[in-house]
Amino acid sequence: MDDSYYYLLVIGGSAMIVNVLLGVAIALFAFVLQTGVGGINRKIVGRLQKRHGPRWYQEYIDIFKLLSKRSVSHGWIFDFGVIMALGGIIGTAMFMPLTSSIVAFENYDNFFIFVYLLAVGMLGMAMSASGSGNPWASIGVMRALTTMLAYEVPFMIVVLTIVNLSGTSSISGIQLFQQAAGNNWYLIALPLGGIVGFIALMGMLGKKPFETYIAPAEIASGPMVEYGGKQLGMLFILHEISVFIEVSLFVHLFLGGATSILEFVVKYFAVYTLANLISNVNGRFKIDQVVKFYYKWPLLMAVTQAIVAIYLGWVI
Amino acid sequence: MKSTKFTPYTKLSKTETDRKWWEIGDFFRRNSLWLLMYCTGCCAIELPPAMTSAYDMERLGMGPMATPRQADILLVSGYLSLKTLRRLVYTYEQMSEPKYVVALGSCPINGGIYHDSFAVINQLNQYIPVDVYVAGCMPNTEAVMNGFVDLIGLIKSKKANGWKEYHKNNDWFKENQITALGKVVIDDEFHQ
Repeated sequence: MDDSYYYLLVIGGSAMIVNVLLGVAIALFAFVLQTGVGGINRKIVGRLQKRHGPRWYQEYIDIFKLLSKRSVSHGWIFDFGVIMALGGIIGTAMFMPLTSSIVAFENYDNFFIFVYLLAVGMLGMAMSASGSGNPWASIGVMRALTTMLAYEVPFMIVVLTIVNLSGTSSISGIQLFQQAAGNNWYLIALPLGGIVGFIALMGMLGKKPFETYIAPAEIASGPMVEYGGKQLGMLFILHEISVFIEVSLFVHLFLGGATSILEFVVKYFAVYTLANLISNVNGRFKIDQVVKFYYKWPLLMAVTQAIVAIYLGWVI
Repeated sequence: MKSTKFTPYTKLSKTETDRKWWEIGDFFRRNSLWLLMYCTGCCAIELPPAMTSAYDMERLGMGPMATPRQADILLVSGYLSLKTLRRLVYTYEQMSEPKYVVALGSCPINGGIYHDSFAVINQLNQYIPVDVYVAGCMPNTEAVMNGFVDLIGLIKSKKANGWKEYHKNNDWFKENQITALGKVVIDDEFHQ
């Protein structure tokens, strides 16, 4: 074998290792960032309710406490599903660009990769929750999938409009398009689409008008009903990372992405806090109300926005 | 002559290492106690002020949880009739370890005003181990909060060992439970 070929292999392999390490670092950053932001948000909610609120690092303590507890198993599907969901979500987070230049896997930060990989996590959790055999878990999973069906239709219409306008479906490409001179953030360029995106984000995060599938007082926290100890700890980590993916998708698609990590953190914090504040002054929809709501106003606004932006070309 | 500047490195024994890990775990466990509220008695009315802005138990990292699996503390608020005791035992056995029990009011201590009732048990710690009692009929909210702080102190000094006792004296607890409740033979497709 030729020597140069061998060197190429070595260089290629080490470059791949660097990519994977960067991806793992992004996933770790996702966990640390979202857990910290979540803790600060618990404090903000406490102040909103005229309480002192917990310590800002309370979320870390909660997760490590859960990992330090003993837990029971409900069969191997129950255990395997949690690990599969966590692995799927960590794998998804590895592809997420932090800024327009920090991307772990160049050219693989396509929007549709996130749509497909997020499903691995969600389905793993659905499988595991159903494996526990608890009827509340089955109801929760059913509601989660129904909610997903409801918010994805308007959200996809808006995102496809964005993809059409940008001429690329790569997340970093869309960021660069918005950062280019003469182009506005899509939140400003497509105001109706931005509102639809935010409402869909509330549904993805499970924030309060659309909290139907968690509903602690109604179906005993839905899919999480049989989890305790280590499995619940893994589920919390999964939740933090999936919140990171969803919020940073919104930041990158609608808020012009970020050029530095600091800018990203500021935008991220603003979006998540706004969602949380809206969540805490709202009641909870029933599941049929969720579906009806999403298929009425957001869908109408999304279709209007798509027609206005693509066929009439009215983009600010 | 051998230098005394550095203390020599000695490998920790397994029990010593376990103890250190357990202490680290105890730090997290005592700063994040999640409650399962078993609100059957009148003492439950003291919990809303303890949770909301008046006393705000989230300062201590405590909060309500929806199911027994997720919770650390089983909070028994008030008297327990024989019917609810059976459910309480089921709930306690479902919780993941380490688990703690806090009993509010005088009813779990000695029966309280229901001491001569045919349907109410008098001493809760004959059936499940209780870590902290908060006495009073009903206890003030400050007393309830003080009970939680006491539990945190007990976990720190490794005295909240009720769940270990339940393993050690399981026969005694089971015997008491069966004496009070009687045996139940369930005859359906799930228990064959």
